[in-house]
Amino acid sequence: MSELTLVQAVNRGLAEAMRADPDVLVLGEDVGVNGGVFRATDGLLKEFGADRVLDTPLSETGIVGSAIGMALYGLKPVAEIQFLDFIYPAFDQIVSELAKMRYRSGGQYPCHVVVRAPYGGGIKGGLYHSQSTEAYFCHTAGLKVVVPSTPADAKGLLLSAIADEDPVIFLEPKRIYRSVTGEVPEGATRVPFGQARSVRSGTDVSLFAYGAMIPVVTEAATALEAEGISAEVLDLRTLVPLDEEAVLRSVGRTGRAVVVHEAARFCGFGAELSALLAEKAFYSLKAPIARVTGYDTPFPYALENVYLPSVERVVAAARETVRAS
Amino acid sequence: MAGTPAVAPLPYTRAQAFNVLGPKPEETLRTAYRWMIRARTLDARMLALQRQGRVGFYGAATGQEAVNVAAGLASRPEDWVLPGLREQLVALVRGHPLDRYVHHLFADAQDPALGRNMPCHPTAREVHYVSMSSVIGTQISHAVGVGRGMRNRREAAVALAFFGDGATSSNDFHAGLNLAAVGRLPVLFVCTNNQWAISVPVERQTAARTLAAKAAAYGLAGTRVDGTDLVACWAALSGALERLRRGGAPEMLEFLLYRMTAHSSSDDPTRYQPADWAARALAHDPLARLAQWMRREGLLDDAFQTEVQSEADEAVRAAIRAAEATPAPPEAALTEDVFARPASPIPGR
Ligand SMILES: Cc1ncc(C[n+]2csc(CCOP(=O)(O)OP(=O)(O)O)c2C)c(N)n1
Repeated sequence: MSELTLVQAVNRGLAEAMRADPDVLVLGEDVGVNGGVFRATDGLLKEFGADRVLDTPLSETGIVGSAIGMALYGLKPVAEIQFLDFIYPAFDQIVSELAKMRYRSGGQYPCHVVVRAPYGGGIKGGLYHSQSTEAYFCHTAGLKVVVPSTPADAKGLLLSAIADEDPVIFLEPKRIYRSVTGEVPEGATRVPFGQARSVRSGTDVSLFAYGAMIPVVTEAATALEAEGISAEVLDLRTLVPLDEEAVLRSVGRTGRAVVVHEAARFCGFGAELSALLAEKAFYSLKAPIARVTGYDTPFPYALENVYLPSVERVVAAARETVRAS
Repeated sequence: MAGTPAVAPLPYTRAQAFNVLGPKPEETLRTAYRWMIRARTLDARMLALQRQGRVGFYGAATGQEAVNVAAGLASRPEDWVLPGLREQLVALVRGHPLDRYVHHLFADAQDPALGRNMPCHPTAREVHYVSMSSVIGTQISHAVGVGRGMRNRREAAVALAFFGDGATSSNDFHAGLNLAAVGRLPVLFVCTNNQWAISVPVERQTAARTLAAKAAAYGLAGTRVDGTDLVACWAALSGALERLRRGGAPEMLEFLLYRMTAHSSSDDPTRYQPADWAARALAHDPLARLAQWMRREGLLDDAFQTEVQSEADEAVRAAIRAAEATPAPPEAALTEDVFARPASPIPGR
């Protein structure tokens, strides 16, 4: 065990995966000499050399497109997109190629690719260094979508992603890259996909979140406790595949649900979760499902703290669901 | 057909051509001719079946056979093909069975990809022929990654990226040439300039003088080749492949040729092609040019032509018969292969 920040855990995961398997390589803008603008790939060039740590030209479609080609050939590339906000030049490659290659080739060409991208707000990044657009990827069949919230999960889920035969979009909550530290197991301790993590258990209301919203929601649960409301916090960890069972079990116990994400509300991941609960947990629900999300606006600069779900907004929503019944 | 409009003659003496074609030139020429006839026969038959409603769609490559056959014959098994719209013949020449391809065209249960794609989008991993999407240009970046794989595993092989003239305006053309050049990766960029992107003529696709000229902007060599001249195609492709195998920089070859049919079975070129296009295309029919030259040089006679044609007719007929007797893919094919193992139950199933 060692105490690491989330970004150090990502770095550790990459290095261990590359040590264990010569087919694993990383590519992206500034990932080599500079070690990544967030230092996620620090030291990798020195240890693994320029054939496995590729500083690429500024071309997201080229990064993901060539990663796909590497995977077709038999390598296991981990592509870095510097910010999720800049993934759109590669959106075509991700949606049209990466997600569909196995299917359209009748299983002849799987696509063993991980695309890592720091996502989310809270760093004063304005419109284009802050967005949280996981729903675009969740909507596309053929992609797995992973969002860790702790250093241990960042490494464990990354190792699972790199071992996975299918394409994985790995979204890293950059707001808590360094503010969250935690014990991280040494060695190849993978965290399996499709298993939500229970952050704390409670009996009155379930708070569902992921990534950088976990610290916010956990703090809200503590505040609710002081008011006599017992809140359960579930960290979804992987949006695709989703741990439906854990979500339904939780609401089966509490009868109330608050879904929290920093992405915009309309057609956000919370809409899917709400639909799931309406379809499969309707008779357990004691109150309407609440969503605490970003607003349906572009991501603001000056007012980002208004935009982002806060402890107060989560507490208010949870309180409301408890008052409703 | 031979005789009807004047066919531009191939400009070689027998000795000159044999010099280019390597150790067994006569055999190479006969094999090339045989494949061109097969492809022509398949195109004509499938277009007819499409009109009868027996296949859903067809995109012919009539007029592009010389490049495809030369690429199929000049490449080696360890090379990879990342196809554009019209390179299905490259897969066949490299050894993908014709009957499997026809099963694909009928999208039946024997289609290796289980009827998931429109016709003319085959996958043939056994000959390193990657699955094509309909999205123009994306495969150009994939070829760079395949080239990176070859480099990292120290394999003396080449990734061939095929694309049309329209694709030279795509994002991935730029990304792919740039990345391959910077990495000096073993990628051969093969542009089949059939002078049309559906209705858009190549003069409206780019203001560059030639498409090959674009390679210079990436620090690469770009060469324009007569893509209706089998011998020239062979020389250009085998030369470039050899240079790349020996560690040379990536290159781009632009094959100038003529689209001899509609863009696809869904297209009506009378809406946009000038009246003289068909005659110009016929004068540059790669099959007619090769046949005329082989006859002149005593390499082709009526007997051989008849034999090759009836062999092609029979092979195509048999493949169609087999496909029409094969059921549609099972319903389970809908939900398989989304992931290696289903990530969660697929809604609606
Ligand atoms: C990205 C994209 N845009 C538009 C289309 C529709 N489309 C299909 S083929 C084609 C023209 C392609 O021209 P070219 O690259 O020259 O290939 P050719 O058909 O001439 O072989 C177009 C516009 C497409 N398939 N993909």
